[in-house]
Amino acid sequence: MARLGMVIDTRRCVGCMDCVVACKTENDVPDGHCRDWISQRLEGTMPSLRLTITSERCNHCDVPPCVTCCPTGASHVHDYGKVVLVDHDKCIGCKACLASCPFGARFVHPDGYADKCTFCIHRVEKGEQPACVAVCPTHAMHFGDLDDPHSEVSRLIAARRHFVLKPDAGTRPRIFYLE
Amino acid sequence: MLELITTRHNPMVDPSLHVWGWEIPVYLFLGGWVAGSMIISGWLARRGHGPGERSVGRVLPWLSLVLLSLGMGALFLDLEHKLYVWRMYLTLQPASPMSWGGWILVLVYPVLLLGALASLPPDLASRWSAVSGLAARLRNPVTARRLGMVSIVAGVALGIYTGILLSSLGARPLWASAALGPLFLVSGLSTGAAFAHLIARNPDEQSALLRADNVFLAVELALIGLILVGLLTASAVHAHAAGLLLGGPYTSVFWVFVVGLGILLPLLLQTLMVSHRIPHTLVAPLLVIGGGLALRFVIVSAGQYSHWISP
Repeated sequence: MARLGMVIDTRRCVGCMDCVVACKTENDVPDGHCRDWISQRLEGTMPSLRLTITSERCNHCDVPPCVTCCPTGASHVHDYGKVVLVDHDKCIGCKACLASCPFGARFVHPDGYADKCTFCIHRVEKGEQPACVAVCPTHAMHFGDLDDPHSEVSRLIAARRHFVLKPDAGTRPRIFYLE
Repeated sequence: MLELITTRHNPMVDPSLHVWGWEIPVYLFLGGWVAGSMIISGWLARRGHGPGERSVGRVLPWLSLVLLSLGMGALFLDLEHKLYVWRMYLTLQPASPMSWGGWILVLVYPVLLLGALASLPPDLASRWSAVSGLAARLRNPVTARRLGMVSIVAGVALGIYTGILLSSLGARPLWASAALGPLFLVSGLSTGAAFAHLIARNPDEQSALLRADNVFLAVELALIGLILVGLLTASAVHAHAAGLLLGGPYTSVFWVFVVGLGILLPLLLQTLMVSHRIPHTLVAPLLVIGGGLALRFVIVSAGQYSHWISP
């Protein structure tokens, strides 16, 4: 069974926010909310500064605290690609999953249920790329099966230095950033 | 220097998490209060101070029913997808304390109802033919003691669950303590004892409740100390979270309203009351009840504010 994940090259990402716009358009994300976003980290002291731009979203963690804390089973690991999803008809809007996510990746949809990135599972199941990956103008984003050693994402992780967000939270994120 | 700029602006998540407002602290407070009252009324029932005497145990189950219903009302108000609340009771999620809590609440209600029926005076119970037989059986001393034990077990489960509910959410370092469950249980016991002392008419019970409440307050203080030491001696993330109460934005409200006015001052007053140096006063139990509410507000609010500090 595939274990889908994402690799994002921070050397290629220019923070154009095409991924954010594509996600909002593809998934009809309501106004004032976002499933993905851009963060810019400026580190160091003048003149030795380093700017890292990251396109962020739900990390579809291997150890997802949002799934274990859910009282109804609405938050679950999908059979296809082990993607973390929310069943809207099971969600009671208790917001435990929002509190349990170290990345702040979830929000409450105006209709009342918890919402977040789905890795565009409706596209992926048809063999397409997630919308954010498909539109990236600098080809900074890559998507595929992390369990397949020959996949593009596995080869990039094996070949390049990389990091994940908040590794000490222990959730084993499946979005890797190339340095 | 580290400067972070993000384009994310999700409501209730940014700039810091604030998904739970007044409803959850109020629910946790009332749940803890009911848990404490159940343990105390169960203990009184097992001591034989049951219905028929001027025992505070006669009224506690009735008041607990009201308090728990108010708490459940607050919990319901907090839900964002209210019409789907029934989904909670189509499943039991073993890894979710919130799921366990939902089922514990379902079990607590019948226990409280049986306790309330047992506390009905015989002449009143006899007017309701539907319950008079059951009420008479519940007044049997052996049954009353067994019901008392069930009440104690259900109360402990309810009280501990309110703390574990938070401590299981590992993304919030301030809540990452196994002692949070016992703290909320003891705080609930303290609130329950203070309230029972407030309404008790039996001098023996008043005195016993006062002494018990002093023990609860002392244990509560020790557990707060343990939690803070545990956080300070864990990782930098947890020490940073403890800093919210030790110099950070929640310091004054925590030390003044929770520790000072909610624990230390009533403990001092009640110690003087036990040794008959000052007359009984309603101020001390009222302070204890206010301190229990303040504890829930501070822990829920500061816990949401705490986060993993790494990028």
